[in-house]
Amino acid sequence: MGLSGLDIALLSPEIAMVVFALVVIFSGLKWPNSSISVYTFLLATAVSICLSVFLWLRVESNGPEMFMNDSLIADHYAIFFKCLILTAIALIILVSKSSFTEFNQRAEFVGLAMLSSVGLMLLPSAADLITIFVAIELASLPIVVLAAFSTHEGKSGESGLKFLVLSAISSALLLYGFAFFYGASGTLQVLSLDSSNPTISEMLVSLDNDIPFGSIPILIATILSVSGLGFKLSIVPFQMWTPDVYEGAPTTVGAMLSVASKAAGFALLLRVLYTVLNHEMISDDWSLLLAILAAITMSIGNLVAIVQKDLKRLLAYSAIAQAGYVLVGVASFADFGGKQISYELGPESVLFYLTGYAAMNVAAFSVVILTVYRNQTSEIKSLEGLGASSPLLAGVLSVSLLALVGVPPTVGFMGKFFIFNAAVNANLSWLAIIGVINSAISAYYYLNIIKIMYLRSPSISGGNWRIALSSSLVLVITAGATLILGILPQPLLDLVGEASLSII
Amino acid sequence: MLTSVIFIPSVGSLLLLLVGKNPRISRLVALFFVILELILVLILFVTFDRSTTGYSFIERANWVPLFNIQYLLAVDGLSVSLVFLNAILGVVAVLISWTITEKVREYFALLLLLQTAVMGVFISMDMFLFFVFWELELIPMYFLIAKWGSGRKEYSAMKVLLFTLIGSAFMFISIIALYLSQPVADRTFDMMILAERDISGLIPYAGLISIGFLVAFAVKLPIFPFHTWLPDAHTDAPTAISVMLAGVLLKMGGYGLIRINAGLFPEQLSDLAPLLAIAAVINVLYGAFIVVRQTDIKRLIAYSSVSHMGFVVLGLSSFGGSVISTTAINGAALQLFSHGIITALLFVCAGLIYERTHTRYIPDMGGLIARMPLIGIGFIVAGLASLGLPSTSGFVAEILIFLGAYNTYPLATALCAFGVVLAAGYVLWAIQRTLFGPSLKRWADLNDASSSGKWAIALLLIPVMVIGIYPRILLDVLENSLLRIVGGLA
Repeated sequence: MGLSGLDIALLSPEIAMVVFALVVIFSGLKWPNSSISVYTFLLATAVSICLSVFLWLRVESNGPEMFMNDSLIADHYAIFFKCLILTAIALIILVSKSSFTEFNQRAEFVGLAMLSSVGLMLLPSAADLITIFVAIELASLPIVVLAAFSTHEGKSGESGLKFLVLSAISSALLLYGFAFFYGASGTLQVLSLDSSNPTISEMLVSLDNDIPFGSIPILIATILSVSGLGFKLSIVPFQMWTPDVYEGAPTTVGAMLSVASKAAGFALLLRVLYTVLNHEMISDDWSLLLAILAAITMSIGNLVAIVQKDLKRLLAYSAIAQAGYVLVGVASFADFGGKQISYELGPESVLFYLTGYAAMNVAAFSVVILTVYRNQTSEIKSLEGLGASSPLLAGVLSVSLLALVGVPPTVGFMGKFFIFNAAVNANLSWLAIIGVINSAISAYYYLNIIKIMYLRSPSISGGNWRIALSSSLVLVITAGATLILGILPQPLLDLVGEASLSII
Repeated sequence: MLTSVIFIPSVGSLLLLLVGKNPRISRLVALFFVILELILVLILFVTFDRSTTGYSFIERANWVPLFNIQYLLAVDGLSVSLVFLNAILGVVAVLISWTITEKVREYFALLLLLQTAVMGVFISMDMFLFFVFWELELIPMYFLIAKWGSGRKEYSAMKVLLFTLIGSAFMFISIIALYLSQPVADRTFDMMILAERDISGLIPYAGLISIGFLVAFAVKLPIFPFHTWLPDAHTDAPTAISVMLAGVLLKMGGYGLIRINAGLFPEQLSDLAPLLAIAAVINVLYGAFIVVRQTDIKRLIAYSSVSHMGFVVLGLSSFGGSVISTTAINGAALQLFSHGIITALLFVCAGLIYERTHTRYIPDMGGLIARMPLIGIGFIVAGLASLGLPSTSGFVAEILIFLGAYNTYPLATALCAFGVVLAAGYVLWAIQRTLFGPSLKRWADLNDASSSGKWAIALLLIPVMVIGIYPRILLDVLENSLLRIVGGLA
C-alpha cells in the first residue's frame, strides 16, 4: 500500500497545492495580514497548472492511468477540470485581494481556500466512491469557515452555520446513496482500467426493464446521490440555502461556490452518470429525472431572481438558474436503446458551458466584490450611476450580464447553443424550448442591472474609483475571455472534445 | 465587399468611443461613416447582376467547423433591396438625430452598432450567423429607446426586447432542430444549400420547425396578435429609432418570412396560407380601424404600420393557391422597401413637428403648413404614398400584391383592398387636422426644417417618387431572386 514514485508524479498538482497551503498557513502565524499569502497562492496555482499541463501531455502519449491503489485517475477529463477550477479560484482571490483588508487573518483565509481547492481538484479524478466522499468533505469544510469569516457582518456567522448544517445533511444523503450502490454491486469502484477490478457498472447484472433504474436499490441509490449532489449544486428543490449563504458570506466565498464548486460538482455528476449508470435501461430514467430537475431549476431560479433587491441574492438565484442550463446538458444523454447518436454532444456542451460560465461569472462577481467592498452594501440600488463613475466596472459587468442572458457575441450565447443543440439531439426538444424561454425571461433582471448602472444618476456619491492593477487585470481577462470565446469558440471546443472523450 | 458593408458602421462605432466627448465631432464622425456606407451600398446596388437568379458577392470562411457553422455572406435581389433601404435610413437616422444633446457619442455609437446588426441580418446566408445578428440588434435598440426615448420609455424598451426574445426563442430551437434533422454527414446551416435541398419534404417535423420560424417573424413584422409591442416602442422611441424600427427592423420579419418560410418551407407555408390570409385581413382592417381613433401622431403612424404589414402577409398567403405567381411575392418584397421609406418619412416629419411644437397631440396642431411648408410637403407626399396613390411607390407595391393574391383568396384580397380606402380616410384626416385649418397663433414663431432635416426629407422623397414612376428600377433587382425562391414550390 506504499506510495510509489508514479503516484507522487500523478498527484503532483495536488501535492504542490497542499505544500504551498501549509506554507501560507504557517507563515500566517508570523505575518497574519501580509499580502504575501495571495502571491504564494498565485505561485502555487501557476506551479500546479504547469504540472497539470505536463500530466495532460503524459496522458496524451500514455493514455489514462490509475494511481493510489486505483482510487484516482489521471485522464484528460480530470486534468481539464483541475485547470479550470484552479484558474477560476486564482482569479477570484486575485480580484479580492484589496477587499481582504477587512479580515483579521488574511493568511488563514487564503490557506483555507487553497485546501478547499485541493478537494475540488480531487473530485473530477476520484475513481471510487470513498475517494469521492473524502474529496467532497475536503472541499466543503474549509468553505464553512470561509463563509463565517467576516467578523463585522452579522450574517456571516449565520451563513457559515447554515452551510455547515446543509453540507452535513447532503453528505449524509450522498453517503447513504453510495451505500446502496455498494449493496447493489458489491464494489466501490467507479472507474477501472484493470479488468480484474470490476466497476459498479460492470457488476450491475440482472436489471429489470419494468422497474425504474433497473432495480430498486439502484433507484434508491440514484435518487439519494442526486439529492445529495443537488444540495451541493443548488438544484431546485435543494436550493434553499444558496441565497442565504451567498448573502451572508464574504462575496469572495459566493464567487468560489458559484464557479469552482459548481464546476467540480458537475464534473463529478457527469462522470458518475456516464460511467456508473450508463446502462441503456438506466440512462433513459436518469435522463428524464435530470431533465425535469433542470426545467424546474431554470424556471424557479429565473422567476425568483426577478424580484430580488440584493445583488448577492440575485447572483445566487442567477447561479441556480445557470445550474439549470448546465443540467440540461447533463440530461442530454443521446442513447436511444443502445443506439448512440452524436453521443458526445451532451458532455461537450456541459464542459464548454462550465468554462464559459466560469469566465462570465467570475467577471460578474469581480465587479460585485469590488463594489460591495467599496459601498459596504450589496443593494442593487448601490450600482446606480456606475456607468458614469467607473466605465471599466460597468462595462465589464454589462458584458458578463449579457453573456449570462446569452446574447451574441459572447460565450454565453455559444454555450447555450451547444447545450440546447445537445438537448434537441437527445430528443429533449421540450426541455430546450423551456430553456430558451427561460433565457428570454432572464433578460429582464439582468438588463435591469445594466439599466440601473447607465440610466440612473448615482444615489451614493459617485466619487473616484481607484481600482488596483491586479483587480483591473482580472476584470480585463475575464471580460475578454467572455467575448473571445464567444467569437472564436473552436479552440475551446477542440479541448473539451478531447476532455469529454475520457468519459464516453 | 459584404464584410465591409456589415462592419463599416461598427468601425465608426468604435472610433466614436475613441474620439472623445465633443458632440460636434461625434455627429460628423457618425455622418461620415453612414455616408461612406451608403456610397458602398450604392456601388453594390449598381453593380449587382440583375439577370442572375443566384447569389452574388459570396464570402465564405469556416467559423465553428465542429458544427459546420460558417461565416457566409452573400446577397440576392431581396437582400440588395433591403440593404439599400437600411443604408438610406442609416443616413436619415443620423441626420434626424442632429438635435440630440444628451450623451451624443454613446447615442451615435449605438445607432451605428444597430446598423451593423441589421446589415448582418440581411446579408448572412448562414442561418447561425443570421441568428447572431438577429439577436445582436436587440441590445443597441433596447438602450436607444430606454435612454433617449420619451414617455414610458423603459417600459416600452423592455417590452419590445422581451417580445422579440421570446419570439426568437422559438426560432432558435427551430434552427437547431433543422440542423439536427439533416443526415449526419451533410448537416449545414448554409441557407443557399438548404434552399436547394427541398428540405421541407425530407425532414421530419418540418411543419413544427417552420412554425417556430413563423412565430419569430410574426412577432417582428408584426402579425396580429403579436403586435402589441409595436405602438409602445414606436411612440416612445426617439425619432431616429422610430425611423429605424418602422423602416428596417419590421422588415427583418418580412425578410425572414420570404427567405426562410417561403424559401425553405414552401409546402408548409402553403398549408398555413389560409391562416395567413385571415391574419392579413385582421392586420389590415384592425390596424386601420385603430389608426382612425389615434390622437397621438406617432401612435397613428405606428398603427398604420401594423395595417400596412398586413399587405405583406397577404402577399405571402398567395402561396396557398394552385397557380403560383411571383406577382404577389414581388409586391410583398416591394412593399417592404416602399413602406420602409414611406414610414421613415412620416416619422421624420412627425419628429420634426414634435421638435418644434413639443406636442404629439393631433387636436392641438393645425395650420402648421403655413409655418413649415417643407415638412408639410414631406408629410403630405408620405401620406399620399402611404394610402397608395398612383405614381408613388406605395401604389405599385399594393397593386402587385392585390393582383397576385386575388386568384388565391379573392375575399381576403377584397377585404384588404378596403383597408386602402380606410387608409385614404385616416391619412387625409390626419393631414387635414395637423397641417391645414386656421393658422394658430401659438405656432406663429415656428421655423421650417433645419438643413439636416431638409436633407433627410429629400433623401426619402427621391426613392418614393422614383419607384412610383419607374418601379422597374427595383423590380429588376427583386424579380429573378424571388423567381428562384418561389420556384421551390413549383
